[in-house]
Amino acid sequence: MSQLAKVARPRRTREGSPWTGLWAVVTKEMADSLTSVRMSILQLLIVLTAAGTVYAASQDLKDLVGKDPFIFLKLFTTGRDPLPSFVGFLGFLVPLIAIALAFDTVNGEFNQRTMSRVLAQPIFRDALLLGKFLAGLFTLTLVLAVIWLLIYGMGILVLGVPPGGEEVARSLWFLVVAIFYGGVWLAVALLFSIVLRQTAAAALASIAVWLFFTIFWGIIAQLLAQALVPMRLGTVQEVLDQAKLEMSLTRLSPNTLYAEAMLAMLNPAVRSLGLVLPFQLQGAILGTPLPVSQSLMLIWPHLTGLIAVTILLFVLGYVLFQRQEIRT
Amino acid sequence: MAEIVLETQGLTKKYGEFTAVQDLNLAVTQGEVFGLLGPNGAGKTTTILMLLGLTEPTAGQVRVLGLDPARQPLSVKARVGYLPEQVGFYDGLTAFENLIYIAKLNGLPRQEAYRRIDALLTQMGLDQVANRRVGAFSRGMRQRLGVAEVLLKQPQLVIMDEPTQGLDPEAAHEFLEIIRRLKQDGITVLLSSHQLHQVQAVCDRVGLFHRGQMVLCGTVPELAQRVLGGAYRIHLQAEGPADLEDAFRRIDGVLQVHRSAPSTYELEAEADVRAEAARSVVQLGGRLLALDIQMPDLDEVYARYFAQEVEHVPAR
Ligand SMILES: Nc1ncnc2c1ncn2[C@@H]1O[C@H](COP(=O)(O)OP(=O)(O)O)[C@@H](O)[C@H]1O
Ligand SMILES: [Mg+2]
Repeated sequence: MSQLAKVARPRRTREGSPWTGLWAVVTKEMADSLTSVRMSILQLLIVLTAAGTVYAASQDLKDLVGKDPFIFLKLFTTGRDPLPSFVGFLGFLVPLIAIALAFDTVNGEFNQRTMSRVLAQPIFRDALLLGKFLAGLFTLTLVLAVIWLLIYGMGILVLGVPPGGEEVARSLWFLVVAIFYGGVWLAVALLFSIVLRQTAAAALASIAVWLFFTIFWGIIAQLLAQALVPMRLGTVQEVLDQAKLEMSLTRLSPNTLYAEAMLAMLNPAVRSLGLVLPFQLQGAILGTPLPVSQSLMLIWPHLTGLIAVTILLFVLGYVLFQRQEIRT
Repeated sequence: MAEIVLETQGLTKKYGEFTAVQDLNLAVTQGEVFGLLGPNGAGKTTTILMLLGLTEPTAGQVRVLGLDPARQPLSVKARVGYLPEQVGFYDGLTAFENLIYIAKLNGLPRQEAYRRIDALLTQMGLDQVANRRVGAFSRGMRQRLGVAEVLLKQPQLVIMDEPTQGLDPEAAHEFLEIIRRLKQDGITVLLSSHQLHQVQAVCDRVGLFHRGQMVLCGTVPELAQRVLGGAYRIHLQAEGPADLEDAFRRIDGVLQVHRSAPSTYELEAEADVRAEAARSVVQLGGRLLALDIQMPDLDEVYARYFAQEVEHVPAR
């Protein structure tokens, strides 16, 4: 009996590196997504959004040249009612791009009947899955980096001044936050592409999760907080407790983590992400600006939160993918 | 004794209560073409997946080229080519691009990959369409591209699942020619098919599957001998006296005579008795119109074997 069990489960020692073939997968997937119609449309959309919002913002900011030391950062955060700022737009463009990049990664291979052919090559499934995820992340990085350069180009042209070192540093962190935020949605879409065999179902499921966090989670967090910490006496303590719980709950949403991290990174005046702050980016906050390192300390939990969620989702997908039988 | 390239012992796969493959003992030797044959759902694909380590066996052992596919999957996959059932390609990429990706996954240096791909596309008659998108390819072209891909890694063993399925008769015939050429090049081939009659000619040996079990294994004449009793079937057309049928029965080695039409006879014999049958017709003053010998047909072997099996099962 024990003899047989040993024979049947010999997986423990695997030969070779699990990353054999990783770069072949990454380069192929990146080439695919960069040349796909789907991505061209999204790239066009994001370029138009960036150009539109940043141009509008720069018109409003012209008068502040020389007075505001962080005028380039305001290019990202200034919105013209009723339109949100560029950062606000990114809040839903990044998930959209990430989902578009990943919703058909695994089930697409099954549907095209290429999965068994690829996995019959000398690579592990690890390399295939990670390669696909990294390709999505690199593509997203590439798109965002191009947008970033575009915005700086426009800023220099319209405002007529070069950006300061502090501004560049902060907006590079803005890039990092946006990429990590995209990583979460890549992992969500990848997971659905593993679980659901139909690509359309995976796309819809990913969008449903995104809608849930964008629209409903705020309301649910509020209701939950009211139910869990009811107002009995109406003391200040009760009000505070309830508000604290509500904020903790909203921070379970990657959207909140993104919005708060952006707020702190692009507004040097933001000194804390505590209760007093509204979750809007245009809040006028008084006080002396923080150095970049201090702002970074402020958003560190947010960054690690985003990374942790990404890793968790990826590992879950990885485990499920390892167990799948490859018939097609 | 030729070297054994593929061997299984007690290989079993269960899906819950259902047993897809049961206690399979198989040995394929160097340079032979082995056919896993049987109707749909018999367990052929499941067997192949276990051989490649694409699905884990419930019990039993597999050795492929002396390696264990579960422990040394990379070494096995580097040496074994697999052409899946209804092979798929990236439709948006060209034939060449599809092969380049596979070459990269196999770690081939670029120059070497280009050289091999050019040679293989030419060999498979696809050099004219190398830069066309695979989306526009016919089933037969895809199948040939599949073979080119499989040969890219210069495998010692090629495993093909239902390679002639969905091909028109001409394309299927061409494909069987390709398999013969692989054999000539010294490559061992394991193929599966539910079209027994179609592939029996290329297989050196076959294993007949039925509900997850390999019930018969051997060369086609061997199996015919075992199951049909006589390996030889003689088809004879003759006009003559009514007792021709009895005369055929008296010939040494004839097991059965069947008169399918007034002047058409089917003889089942242990040996080639064409000469004796012809002599009988002439001796009785009949006119011999046609005489030919039929190779035993696997479909018939299969049907007959299971008819016998059913008879032997005691009624409850
Ligand atoms: N994932 C699965 N779960 C349950 N049963 C399965 C699964 N895959 C295959 N089977 C069953 O196993 C049997 C053998 O299938 P398969 O090996 O594909 O047959 P073949 O290739 O000979 O047509 C079939 O009856 C099929 O329904
Ligand atoms: Mg099959």
